[in-house]
Amino acid sequence: MSILSKHNAVRAAHDELRSAGRDPFSVRFESILSATTGMLDGRQVLLLGTNNYLGLTFDAECVGSAVAATRALGTGTTGSRVANGSYASHSELERRLAQFYGRRHAMVFSTGYQANLGTISALTGREDVILFDADSHASIYDACKLTGAEVIRFRHNDPADLERRLQRLQGRKGDVLVIVEGIYSMLGDRAPLREIADVTHAAGAYLLVDEAHSLGVLGDRGRGQAEAAGINADIIVGTFSKSLGSVGGFCVSDIDGFEVMRLVSRPYMFTASLPPSVVASVTSALDQVVARPELRARVLGNGEQLYRSLVRVGFALGPEPGPIVSVRLPSVEVAVRFWNLVLEAGVYVNLALPPATPTGDPLLRASVSAAHRPEDIEHAAATITAIGRDLGVIPRTGVVAA
Amino acid sequence: MDESFALHASTLDILKEEIATIAKVRDVGADTSISQDLGLDSLAVMNFVMALEDRFDVSIPMDRIVDVETVGDLASVIETLRRDRTTP
Repeated sequence: MSILSKHNAVRAAHDELRSAGRDPFSVRFESILSATTGMLDGRQVLLLGTNNYLGLTFDAECVGSAVAATRALGTGTTGSRVANGSYASHSELERRLAQFYGRRHAMVFSTGYQANLGTISALTGREDVILFDADSHASIYDACKLTGAEVIRFRHNDPADLERRLQRLQGRKGDVLVIVEGIYSMLGDRAPLREIADVTHAAGAYLLVDEAHSLGVLGDRGRGQAEAAGINADIIVGTFSKSLGSVGGFCVSDIDGFEVMRLVSRPYMFTASLPPSVVASVTSALDQVVARPELRARVLGNGEQLYRSLVRVGFALGPEPGPIVSVRLPSVEVAVRFWNLVLEAGVYVNLALPPATPTGDPLLRASVSAAHRPEDIEHAAATITAIGRDLGVIPRTGVVAA
Repeated sequence: MDESFALHASTLDILKEEIATIAKVRDVGADTSISQDLGLDSLAVMNFVMALEDRFDVSIPMDRIVDVETVGDLASVIETLRRDRTTP
């Protein structure tokens, strides 16, 4: 018995998971060789579960600018921007983000998680209402707990359900904030943003879109799903830890009075700011998004290739191809065994288990990168297919008609 | 009893109907525990609550759901929300 006994059920479930093979939540790579290769138990493993969408983690310009910034400005800021002050590079990154999105304002946070906590908690308070998609990331759920607002979920990707809920709020005072994601992290499906923006704005509500998985991936300029759908989100939140290859988060907006957020957003005020190396590599990565649109084409092409290969042999996947390709599996037992066998065969993907998955199905979740070669994707698909056949998840032979 | 009792009774009846359809559980009363007695996991509870929101044309805020343990609690929350809306 200890103060942690309240988590005994979690511990028991974790123990059972570990008894079936490797611990999926504590994989330890001895070394990372490139954006797509790591060393595990002395063997090279193909990385297909790192959200490194543009493959920029080893980009020479990003690494070079981070090294130069560390030499010039030191290893860290050792405090909050409100207390210790900002470096010029923090403000410059904010200027660049605002410019990239064509907005007047931008604010940088120390993680993507905090970007949602800090933005949502600053935008809403007592008397306000938050309506958010039920499949939203944990950071959005947690952000809602930080506000005094009334918090209501709507059915995933269902503009009609959102509209009904907006109508029920008619006549109330206070602001209404609608929160959705561009691409949902578990199944990789995209939000129907045109319809969502229409019902949101018709009701006089504000729309916040989290582009964590779509920045640098979707849209003609790589801004994300809002750009791809041709809509104007009132607030966009995103992360530096996926396509931009580092850590941190941001929000951009044209909202009047934006700067007051720096004085009311506790997850911004009471945490240390990003170190100069991170600010420098993220700024370089943003340059790459602008200068190299072919990276977007490549990551989407790789996602398409993996998706088509797996659908063809009979796997049940998410509703559409994209940078995230998830295989739905019939049981936790099969999923754990599947994940272990895929890793033994030299391919690292993620294992996602309910209740963290939207439909209650356990998932084998892959994320592709612009740095993957077509033969990497082919190898991954062949590995997953062979194991799927051995485990009886898909038919033994042949191609399944779509 | 007064009008609110009548309202409560009918809300409870509709809840029992929905539970019979969704959870396939028939022996349900105001004291039935939603998490213990209906055999629904967290995802199923969310879908169940969303079906009720449609049926009663209300949105139940998340902090109100947290306090709900029994079918009777849920009926009270739904009634309060409906009453608050009709008498602003």
